[in-house]
Amino acid sequence: MIVPAAKPILTVRDLCVDARTPQGRRRVLDDISFDLNAGETLCIAGESGSGKSVTSLSIMGLLPKASLQVASGSIRLGDKDLVALSNRAMRSVRGGDVAMVFQEPMTSLNPVMSIGAQLTEAIREHQGSEGGMADAIARRMLDAVHITDPARRLSQYPHELSGGMRQRVMIAMALSCRPKVLIADEPTTALDVTVQAQILKLMRELKQEFGASIILITHDMGVVAEMADRVAIMQNGRIVEQGEALSIFEKPSQTYTQELLAAVPRLGAHAGTEGPPRVSAETDVAQPVSASPILHVRNLSVTYGSPARWLFKGKPPLAAVDDVSFTLRPGETLGLVGESGSGKSTTGKAVLGLIPFTGNVVIDGRDIAGLPARQMQPVRRSAQMIFQDPYASLDPRMAVGAAIAEPLIIHGLGGRSERDDRVAELLRRVGLQPDAATRYPHEFSGGQRQRVCIARALALQPKLIVADESVAALDVSVRARVLDLMLELQETMGLAYLFISHDMAVVERMSHNVAVMRGGRIVEMGTRRAVFENPQDDYTKALMAAVPIPDPRARHFA
Amino acid sequence: MALLVLRRLVQTALILLGVAAITFLLLYALPADPARMIAGRSATAQTVANIRRELGLDQPLLVQFWTYLQGILQGNLGRSYAQKTDVGALILARLPATLILMAAGIAVEVVLGLIFGIIAALRRGGVVDRVVMMASFVGVSAPQFVVALLLLYVFAVTLGWFPMSGFGTAAHVVLPAATLGILGAGWYARMVRSAMIDVLNQDYVRTARAKGLSSVRIVLRHALPNALLPIIAMIGIDIGQFMGGVVVVEAVYGWPGIGQLAWQAIQQVDIPIIMGVTLVSALAIVLGNLLADIIAPLIDPRIRAR
Repeated sequence: MIVPAAKPILTVRDLCVDARTPQGRRRVLDDISFDLNAGETLCIAGESGSGKSVTSLSIMGLLPKASLQVASGSIRLGDKDLVALSNRAMRSVRGGDVAMVFQEPMTSLNPVMSIGAQLTEAIREHQGSEGGMADAIARRMLDAVHITDPARRLSQYPHELSGGMRQRVMIAMALSCRPKVLIADEPTTALDVTVQAQILKLMRELKQEFGASIILITHDMGVVAEMADRVAIMQNGRIVEQGEALSIFEKPSQTYTQELLAAVPRLGAHAGTEGPPRVSAETDVAQPVSASPILHVRNLSVTYGSPARWLFKGKPPLAAVDDVSFTLRPGETLGLVGESGSGKSTTGKAVLGLIPFTGNVVIDGRDIAGLPARQMQPVRRSAQMIFQDPYASLDPRMAVGAAIAEPLIIHGLGGRSERDDRVAELLRRVGLQPDAATRYPHEFSGGQRQRVCIARALALQPKLIVADESVAALDVSVRARVLDLMLELQETMGLAYLFISHDMAVVERMSHNVAVMRGGRIVEMGTRRAVFENPQDDYTKALMAAVPIPDPRARHFA
Repeated sequence: MALLVLRRLVQTALILLGVAAITFLLLYALPADPARMIAGRSATAQTVANIRRELGLDQPLLVQFWTYLQGILQGNLGRSYAQKTDVGALILARLPATLILMAAGIAVEVVLGLIFGIIAALRRGGVVDRVVMMASFVGVSAPQFVVALLLLYVFAVTLGWFPMSGFGTAAHVVLPAATLGILGAGWYARMVRSAMIDVLNQDYVRTARAKGLSSVRIVLRHALPNALLPIIAMIGIDIGQFMGGVVVVEAVYGWPGIGQLAWQAIQQVDIPIIMGVTLVSALAIVLGNLLADIIAPLIDPRIRAR
């Protein structure tokens, strides 16, 4: 925590980067200046489009030449100005003095090369070590990132490793040539929260061991609080504020920083209250006291596997969801929380009859088990889904209004002018202008697109909405507004949500009841207060302990 | 792997049975009468009938087909009507020429396709890319005989670098292989280009660049192996296509391959030869695909795992 007043390792001064667009040049990085001191962790935090990744790519000299270009400024590493360096000289810096770990461990390793080949190639490139030497270094590096049985791992391929292990390999690769600076661009964003905690711990350990300085790029203020010595907050290509971590979190001077911190969902923020906070102005909305549940799930199981084909044994069936039961009443939210592979999304799909399952799923009094498609149609009217990725779940060639009207057309509801009215009303309902109907998805931001998806889901006036990671792809400030919208719609329309998320804090904010899933089973279920304030299951406890807390004073380590 | 091969062998047998049945039916439905063709224009009805009986053509269709199948199972493809020799031997005699042309043609198209496809992908949107794409379009759309005659005129007639036609020396194979290769290279270049563009945008290529590797190493070691899979599949298909005979090219260059044999047989309604060639090329297509399926997991460990 004590930052030595040494000469900085890396000095970025007045860095400007331009994007080449058909409309001419556009500035994407504007006058960026910061120092990275020896042995410190600098977190660059900001929302999407703030320029934090462009900053890291500029340092690595990896800007896509066709579209982005450093316009002015300098990046000094020791006595070298990286901006002015020749291609060849830059190559020895990349992976040598400055190394990088990327966000997506699943795709950042070459699928057709063995782990060993990918590790040793960097070592050979920068240290000139030959054959056995490089292998030995690679083994030591895997050992350093706590991968068991390193000798065997070297001959394995990326697909044989889990996401967390792959990210360990990426870190081993980055550190193998003992870089002065390690840039980690959202290194844990794609990982489960318990794995994230492990990787963050590993990075802290290795920083000591290898004496590297770290630039950690993240959108997650919890991760920032956990890791940063100093913080730079970016917005729209500028650094709006930088300083010591404690002062940024406790005395942010800029409005944007304050807003950003305020929007961060905090686990435990709703302790002591029942159910989600009320957001609508209407004080006396009659909470539907209807006793009959809108969704009743009993002994739901989903198995994956392949049937036997001639000459081949089928794959043994694998239970993705195993004997899950719960009920959901109108106006209520059941938060389904768990890590990847826990079966929470599969449960959501099975509930809507989108995949085959065994057991009973009763939606609005109708058992959908084994229902043919034709009889499923009226059930679909009362149960809709909102997906994770608002970019992928809207047809880019379909105007927003047409997308929202499509469910009405499919179900044969209303004439043309009635539909237009309904679309306009729905757009207003989700906080968009009615004239949005004639525009196309690419004209909208991520948050607006998710609003469109919500409007589409509402078109049929459903009683139940399955929301699968519906805010996971959104920035925190946008996320908070979309969650508020969902709460408001619930209060005014009496919607029931099956709210599927990996994010404990978001689930805490949204849910009346919570079910924690692991390995296809519900390990703990109860009211939100019971589960979050007095977790009984060890896994629930571990999950909650792993969530990074956006407060530097509450770090998990000394 | 052994299971894959076993499965494929059973599949192959079924496919060949199907191909045999369909071809047999189609040939039977032809208006031409092979017995009349053999007997000649002036033959009496009695002679024609005799020949028909001799060849078994007077039997019901199913009996004919059954007899044929029995022959195949014993490795006997029947006797040619016109040439009065064993069809298997005729095809076997043509095999070396066909295999040489196939190998040379595929080599030329793959090498050209890879070189130009990779260059175009690396220079995407640039002048080189546009020129390569334009040229490949010509390659994709030009008729075989035009290219064949053009090459023949320039390199054999005018320059005299290569023989006009025939088979025997290495020089003989150059022009026919070049014709096939130039035409096929258009497809390959386009496919390599789009596969490479896709791969070069992958995260792992960025990782490779972040390691400070040279561009040559990034392209050849990291990108290319990932882009090869669709190319391997296409080579598998080409093996089958070229084995079936490349009629036009063989005709222009007087290349004694299976294509020529098939062409003569069609003119003479020499049903056993047509059947034989069809079965051999069907077999080649299946084997080409099997070969591609065997090579693919050697390149991509993810397929091995399945």
